[in-house]
Amino acid sequence: MEDLKLKYVYIDRQHACVDGVMLEHESQGGAMLSELYRAHIGDWPKFFKMDTLSKVGFLASDLLLKAIGREKPGEEYTSDCAVVLFGTTASLCADRNYQETIQDADNYYPSPALFVYTLPNIVTGEIAIRNRFRGETSFYVVEKADAAQMAFHLACAFDDDVTAGVLAGWVDSRHNDDFQAFFTMVTRDDAKYTDRLAAAIQTIMDNSNI
Amino acid sequence: MERIVQCIADNVVSPLGLDSASNYDSVKSGKSGLKRYDGIAMSLMDRELVESACLENGIPAARFTFFEKMVLLSCIKAVRDSGIDPSSDRVLFVLSTTKGNVSLLGNTAGFPEERVLLGVAARQISDWFGNKNSPLVVCNACISGVCAQIEAMRALMSGRYDYAVVTGADEQSPFIISGFKSFKAVSNDFCRPFDSDRRGLNLGECAATVVLKAADSVQDGWQLLNGAIRNDANHISGPSRTGEGSYLALMEVLRNCTPHHLAFVNVHGTATAYNDEMESIALFRAGLTDVPVTGLKGCYGHTMGAAGIMESILSMYAVMDHTVLATRGFAQQGTTYPVAVSPVNRTTDRRQFIKLLSGFGGCNAALLYRLNG
Repeated sequence: MEDLKLKYVYIDRQHACVDGVMLEHESQGGAMLSELYRAHIGDWPKFFKMDTLSKVGFLASDLLLKAIGREKPGEEYTSDCAVVLFGTTASLCADRNYQETIQDADNYYPSPALFVYTLPNIVTGEIAIRNRFRGETSFYVVEKADAAQMAFHLACAFDDDVTAGVLAGWVDSRHNDDFQAFFTMVTRDDAKYTDRLAAAIQTIMDNSNI
Repeated sequence: MERIVQCIADNVVSPLGLDSASNYDSVKSGKSGLKRYDGIAMSLMDRELVESACLENGIPAARFTFFEKMVLLSCIKAVRDSGIDPSSDRVLFVLSTTKGNVSLLGNTAGFPEERVLLGVAARQISDWFGNKNSPLVVCNACISGVCAQIEAMRALMSGRYDYAVVTGADEQSPFIISGFKSFKAVSNDFCRPFDSDRRGLNLGECAATVVLKAADSVQDGWQLLNGAIRNDANHISGPSRTGEGSYLALMEVLRNCTPHHLAFVNVHGTATAYNDEMESIALFRAGLTDVPVTGLKGCYGHTMGAAGIMESILSMYAVMDHTVLATRGFAQQGTTYPVAVSPVNRTTDRRQFIKLLSGFGGCNAALLYRLNG
């Protein structure tokens, strides 16, 4: 059986890479995300309201969809593309930012705009809204990045007959300037042999220092 | 040959009791765990009761956080009742939670900082049972408990595992309470699901566990038939005005049954203006107007990561007792499309039900259960 090769996008605090090609940028960390958004996307101002986890996930997913041939987000709603993400930190970055607003009883200013991002699956919702995806959206938190575990659960997503493809990814963020993500698209055929899918995901991880 | 998935054991730990049967009896007799705390209605675990239950079960008090203790208490009895060997590599542990140990951010209470990571918290539980598989944490906001069961179902059907221990839990803390208050989603009074005078949700604490088993043929007992997760693709913190995701999830699970076989739909029914209105639209669009509807938030509040599992367990007990449970707090229809909700217990002889949930991030989930035999 031939190896499976998946197109992917990788982003960390210093790098952004689309299928092996580095994107040019001058800034790093959170500022880099905004710079890349302006250079490559630019038509979704809600981006600036997002927390870091969502910004990274949104950017990586949009760059990936463009790289695999999408001209622009669909006009029609579709249910056949699921969004399934994994990570270890979940919303830790947003949790810390929100905790700061309630830590001091004398300076107590809980904000709904910050609180909503203390759920890691919000990034799956942001991607669904952008692309009009009405299929499954799921966020799984794991102990560590494990290609076999991810491949197993991605293959499980195809138990839903409606699902033809899974926009799959890894996204972590501990601080506003510290994040790591990769995104790829997995079809039903890609997921047929879990070991082969795991090897393809392992290759992405090896190429992206995850 | 396609495997089927059964529920073989369960347990609910809540302010209404430390096992499923006592919870069901309390709810059926009209009790609620909701009380007023500093002017705000919530359903909170009695900390001393949890500590003494841990002592009885040999759980070392200093080794686990309060959240982990709730999870362990709910797991231990369910695992014991199931008779499975939890240390087997054929057993998968799945944890459904929205915020886990987030209260440690405000005060680590002597625990390592990394314990706030949900995967690390889940590992404490699987380690207790000597299970070496990587535990999976499902973190899909308020629908996590149904998603966790759906994912466990798929893992069992794949043949990789024979059993799954699926626990849902959340601890209430200033973090969550202040957040929901900032959304103006919280009612100070006891919540009133689907009522014309509903004014928001109450928060609650609970831990609930189901032990699922893969079987090669249909056997007597509870079977998880079909589950679906769908996104509204509309808004990250408000439900779809057309109930899109809930409607699509309902339609998917209805492929495996017809409405007149349903004892009831156990809804999310948070008692916020938007949620209950959205669910009424989704139920109407799915052709479920005549199917009894029941919600448990008036007895437990919104128990977040636990909701999907605890509410499924209570629904199983209700079907076995030929009962559609009352929706506590409801008095008068208050949604655009009327739903078949009732303030009193009703009887039923049907043996299937749907558990429906929706949550932030625009996500919705439905799961269909059937009692065989």
